[in-house]
Amino acid sequence: MSDLTLMLIKVAYLAVLWLFVIFAVGVIRTDLIGSPSKSKRRPRPSPSGQDGGAPRRPAAPKAPRGRRNEPRTLVVTKGPLAGNSLPLGPHPILIGRANDATLVINDDYASGRHARIYSENGRWFVEDLGSTNGTYLGQQRLTRPQPVSVGQPIRIGKTVLELRK
Amino acid sequence: MSTATNSQALPPVKRRNAELAMTLAAIGLTMFALIEIGLTRNGEMPPQLFLYGGVFGGLAVLAHVFIRFFAPWSDPLLLPLATLLNGLGIGMLWRLDQGGIDRAGPMSQLILTAASMAVFAAIVFFLKEPRTLQRYPYIIGLGAVVLLLLPLLPGIGMTVNGARQWLNLGFTTIQPSEFAKIALVIFLSGYMVSKRDVLSLASKQIKVGRFKILDLPRMRDMAPMAAMWGFCIIVLVILMNDLGTSLLLFGTFLAMIYVATHRSSWIVIGLTAFFGACVALYPFVSHFKVRMVTWLDAFAPDVYCVDGVPDDAWCRLNGDSQQLVRGIFALAEGGVTGSGFGGGDVGYIIEVQNDFIFAAFAEELGLTGIMVMLLALVLMVERGMRIALASKELFIKMFASGISFLIGFQTFVVIGGVTRVIPMTGATIPFVAKGGSALLSSWIMLALLMRMSNNARKPAPQAIQDEGATQVIQR
Repeated sequence: MSDLTLMLIKVAYLAVLWLFVIFAVGVIRTDLIGSPSKSKRRPRPSPSGQDGGAPRRPAAPKAPRGRRNEPRTLVVTKGPLAGNSLPLGPHPILIGRANDATLVINDDYASGRHARIYSENGRWFVEDLGSTNGTYLGQQRLTRPQPVSVGQPIRIGKTVLELRK
Repeated sequence: MSTATNSQALPPVKRRNAELAMTLAAIGLTMFALIEIGLTRNGEMPPQLFLYGGVFGGLAVLAHVFIRFFAPWSDPLLLPLATLLNGLGIGMLWRLDQGGIDRAGPMSQLILTAASMAVFAAIVFFLKEPRTLQRYPYIIGLGAVVLLLLPLLPGIGMTVNGARQWLNLGFTTIQPSEFAKIALVIFLSGYMVSKRDVLSLASKQIKVGRFKILDLPRMRDMAPMAAMWGFCIIVLVILMNDLGTSLLLFGTFLAMIYVATHRSSWIVIGLTAFFGACVALYPFVSHFKVRMVTWLDAFAPDVYCVDGVPDDAWCRLNGDSQQLVRGIFALAEGGVTGSGFGGGDVGYIIEVQNDFIFAAFAEELGLTGIMVMLLALVLMVERGMRIALASKELFIKMFASGISFLIGFQTFVVIGGVTRVIPMTGATIPFVAKGGSALLSSWIMLALLMRMSNNARKPAPQAIQDEGATQVIQR
């Protein structure tokens, strides 16, 4: 065995050891932020800039906001907080009495984490989070997430909310 | 919102194939190590390659298949990391055996690995719900104390290298403290869960002007800390000269009380008490003094005991720092890339198969190689903490974080000792070093982590109807 071969083997061994570590971190990476295929799938539902290609990508999230029927604010129409409003962003809105809720309503008939309003594919949904007194969309008590349109009353305890343009 | 993030904490993916690929890679690395050692030392492919590599690889793959069937949701990274560390250890022991160190005994290490993996499988299989251990905290705590005290019994206790931490059973020797530390973590988890509120809320604030300095606990809540401190100092340091176990247990205790209460005052009080005791004991306990002197003045000629002064009174009475100094020379010799697996001259390090296996790795694989070893251990600890975060029950959170801290802290105590950051204590790197008790306890800790991660990552049982009264709960 020549010294050169041995040195090459030595370097190769160290390189393979590091490859092992890199792969291990790769396994964790997909554990932390989801598998790469899943994160690739996420931008796909908004293919508004298909012909534009890569440069128009950053503009894509803004595009839905220009649409006519898109609600922009969440307004409290009845209840202790009546008159307040909240801008709608990309993040879901948690409504409840808990301090960490996005919209903290001081309503005796609301649960700590009462309901959630979120957007998916440009539509807004309301979901009851297992509250004690229920969430009503119009006259109907929610059993699963339901799409909400502009002006439809969402009742939580004594509070009524609406999406506005 | 927060419920949504909780459910995403660990996505319900099995990733068993990733585990298989990584385990195969770890086996490949072990075989590669054996080949490199054979080529470097003897210039030929090692004849026992398939004996060691094949048997070890077969065992690891069996362990993987077992996990695939009995704990399919467990963390995919723990088993490959343990396989890599264990394989590197066997490779190094085989290399030391080739280098003429009879005590290395790679074959016995391989047999012990097989036995440890069997115990690993048994724990994963039988302990379906680790939270059942919560029922008997005091019995398990008593068990830990008994295990720790057993070596003091005159008949079966055994002193090795000055530390009385071994049991001689005639046919074999075991080190009960390795198992006592796991029992202690179980006891502390159960105890902290029930006493957590008292330990974390009742307090007296010490203020200097407007600034809060410390939250002092009440005197009566100090009892567990005082008991732990007294045990670690009096029994372990003074009677048994087992500084490593003492440091390990007390450190784990502090970490767990911090995890349970989130109050840094416990750590400040604990560290002050521990180091205060060490300083106070220093002049009186001779073997403790020896350790400190060999640590602080390792390179002084009369401590190092070179051949020129063999009759020096210090050397005859107290031993010397040659082990530590030779280890440091090996670290220096290794440099960045090392001398190649099998290419170094590590036989002159005392106890190289045991405490100082890290120095041997450092000489042969260099900084580049031992960083991989450290990263593997760090990743293991990280996965353990992740399991603690993902679990829902308090007991499991405490248990998982305690065990991961134990693995990490033990690594620190060993490597800190070898690199002369802290005094030499005589613990072993998990999974790597020679020693049946240490290897077995490492695999037991891994089994507990695997079972806990399986239960934490398993998706919640689905209800059949939306609001039906009956649910099928899968166990």
